[in-house]
Amino acid sequence: MENRHVISVLVENKPGVLARVSGMFSGRAFNIHSLSVAPTIVPDVSRMTIVTYGSEAIIEQIIKQLRKLINVIKVQDLTSGDYVDREMALVRVKATSAKRADVLRIVDIFRGKIVDIATDSMIVEITGGAGKIEAMIELLTPLGILELIRTGTVALPRGRKSPRYSEPTE
Amino acid sequence: MKINGAQILLRALKEEGVDTIFGYPGGAVIDIFDAIVRYFSDDFKFILVRHEQAAVHAADGYARATGKPGVCLVTSGPGGTNTVTGLATAYMDSIPLVVFTGQVPTPLIGNDAFQEADIVGITRPCTKHNYLVPKVEELAHTIKEAFTIASTGRPGPVLLDLPKDMIQAKTKFDYPKSIEIPTYKPTLKAHPPSIARAAELIRRAKRPVIYAGGGVLTSGCHRELLTFVQMTGFPVTMTLMGLGCFPGTHPLSLGMLGMHGTYRANMAVNHSDLLLAIGARFDDRVTGRVEDFAKDANIIHIDIDPTSIQKNIKVDVPIVCDAKDALERLIEALTLEGRHKETEEHTRNWHAQVNAWRNEQRLRFDRTSDIIKPQYVVEKLYELTQGKAIISTEVGQNQMWAAQYYLFDTPRTFLTSGGLGTMGYGFPAAIGAQIAFPDKVVIDIAGDGSIQMNIQELATVKQYNLPVKIAILNNGYLGMVRQWQERFYDNLYAHTDIMVAPDFVKLAEAYGALGLRATKTSEVEPLILRALETRGPVIMDFVVDREEGVYPMVPAGAPIKEMILV
Repeated sequence: MENRHVISVLVENKPGVLARVSGMFSGRAFNIHSLSVAPTIVPDVSRMTIVTYGSEAIIEQIIKQLRKLINVIKVQDLTSGDYVDREMALVRVKATSAKRADVLRIVDIFRGKIVDIATDSMIVEITGGAGKIEAMIELLTPLGILELIRTGTVALPRGRKSPRYSEPTE
Repeated sequence: MKINGAQILLRALKEEGVDTIFGYPGGAVIDIFDAIVRYFSDDFKFILVRHEQAAVHAADGYARATGKPGVCLVTSGPGGTNTVTGLATAYMDSIPLVVFTGQVPTPLIGNDAFQEADIVGITRPCTKHNYLVPKVEELAHTIKEAFTIASTGRPGPVLLDLPKDMIQAKTKFDYPKSIEIPTYKPTLKAHPPSIARAAELIRRAKRPVIYAGGGVLTSGCHRELLTFVQMTGFPVTMTLMGLGCFPGTHPLSLGMLGMHGTYRANMAVNHSDLLLAIGARFDDRVTGRVEDFAKDANIIHIDIDPTSIQKNIKVDVPIVCDAKDALERLIEALTLEGRHKETEEHTRNWHAQVNAWRNEQRLRFDRTSDIIKPQYVVEKLYELTQGKAIISTEVGQNQMWAAQYYLFDTPRTFLTSGGLGTMGYGFPAAIGAQIAFPDKVVIDIAGDGSIQMNIQELATVKQYNLPVKIAILNNGYLGMVRQWQERFYDNLYAHTDIMVAPDFVKLAEAYGALGLRATKTSEVEPLILRALETRGPVIMDFVVDREEGVYPMVPAGAPIKEMILV
């Protein structure tokens, strides 16, 4: 059974660390569906969010192999608990004046934003879980998607004791 | 007082207790070589090899024979890339090495400068860790980290890349006695509940087998293993990497298991109800078809590396720790409460069964042959050295015959590239071991193919007058591949015939060593005696039966009980 796992990895913010992590994945034939990385509030620590698919045995190996890397501080499989994950996409969609209203309606439903507009296209910004982004892409496709970029998932575990707040999802 | 990076490096090596450096000079490291001769000539034995690959293998042989990290120093670019095979060899077999490579000056990095290679990028997947040291202020600390990482936990090679301007820059030398690496904390102590569960399985076992690997040697717990066996009466099989961790001549030794293991070892594992794996990683050459491997057994797996556990085989009781700690705790537990009475009865029956397997199928070859049998050569080497030599091997048939016919009673006397299977490993490894133990007999058991992969090191043994002996089992073939072609590829010997080879006797002489040749069985013993009496390097060229095979054999991917016996 191949399941989706969201793995959060705290690493030292040093040259070559991304290469160590991605090299470990490719060298051992593990899959990376998406990977995002940026510094945390501690400047010499970065957080990676890796989305991968695999059997329990493969995921166990991935986590152990990540922990074995010298520059890795902490590895958490978020999928084993409660977590929040988000992704952002920018979509350049065909929008001649006749079709602009259609685009705006879809964007509005998904609480997206128009961040650029030209005579015959617009760039839509959307944030949400992977499902929401895929749903919007599906609806925009008939109008003509010219270009698309996704950030890949970023995620954090939910707090255990603090009051629960989660952004409304669709 | 400020000193330059070159001197900092060498002072740090002194602090680490390094006495030998294997290497090869070049433009990027010229300052370090200058400092070695100018200021540190009394502190280090420097061994100038003839190819950087051999420097790493020699340091590896030194490390395997002594247990101390081996140290190499080579130049940038090709100097570094030539170390890759050596690093990968050491990485697969968990051998502690610290390898220093020169690098072009920092302002030139990335500019495709002369003799520039991204060696940190190239060696990332074949080192335990590696560093580019950009500032001289970080050098001492990084060296301390490198030695710590290389020699603790599951050991492995660490590479430090040293830009030339950093080596020339100066700072104060301040070497830390010990350091904390917050992100690196190997688990050394066993988890008590796991020990309790393991001890209970051990008490109840009726058909137990210990499967001991290289981790026993790394951990230095061969004495604890012997004590444990004396307490429990469990028979022991060893991996290729584990040979020597338990006396090969002990009545409870089953010899090696796996593809070319003994019949009794494979049968015992196959029929066991408890398999106690210590410092072994269930390599495919050991397990054969994993679904059938020890399928009636409870498996206890002791390993310091968590990634080894549940990687190839589902185990019942994983114990992540230093093997020594686990064995000590298990001995303690069994001292408090011994094995169940009725299981001791079962153990006696089990011993009888194991002995029956031993007698049913012993390792054998044609002892009447006038043409030299390679197994006979190894057996004679064993006899005539009283089993006390340090043996290195190349890879292939020579390696398997050495593993089968030389019985190792002492740890760290068998040096072989087990994981990577590196042809060309044995001779330089023998050099490293001979430097560590100048008075011991060190023999490289080689094939005519493998020996040609680092034959240039004859100049090194000559230069340092090292009495390394090379025994070439010369069959004019890349024998192991030929054997597979014979068995599985309809005798089509695709490019494995290497009859065009140098005259090894003349080659030895060309390098100023002694060359001897035997072509008949009767010549083997006198030739070995003569070689052993010679105080200097010797090549023994044994012209052996061309198509002799290594048996028993488990075809790749078959269950280990399905042995081709011949």
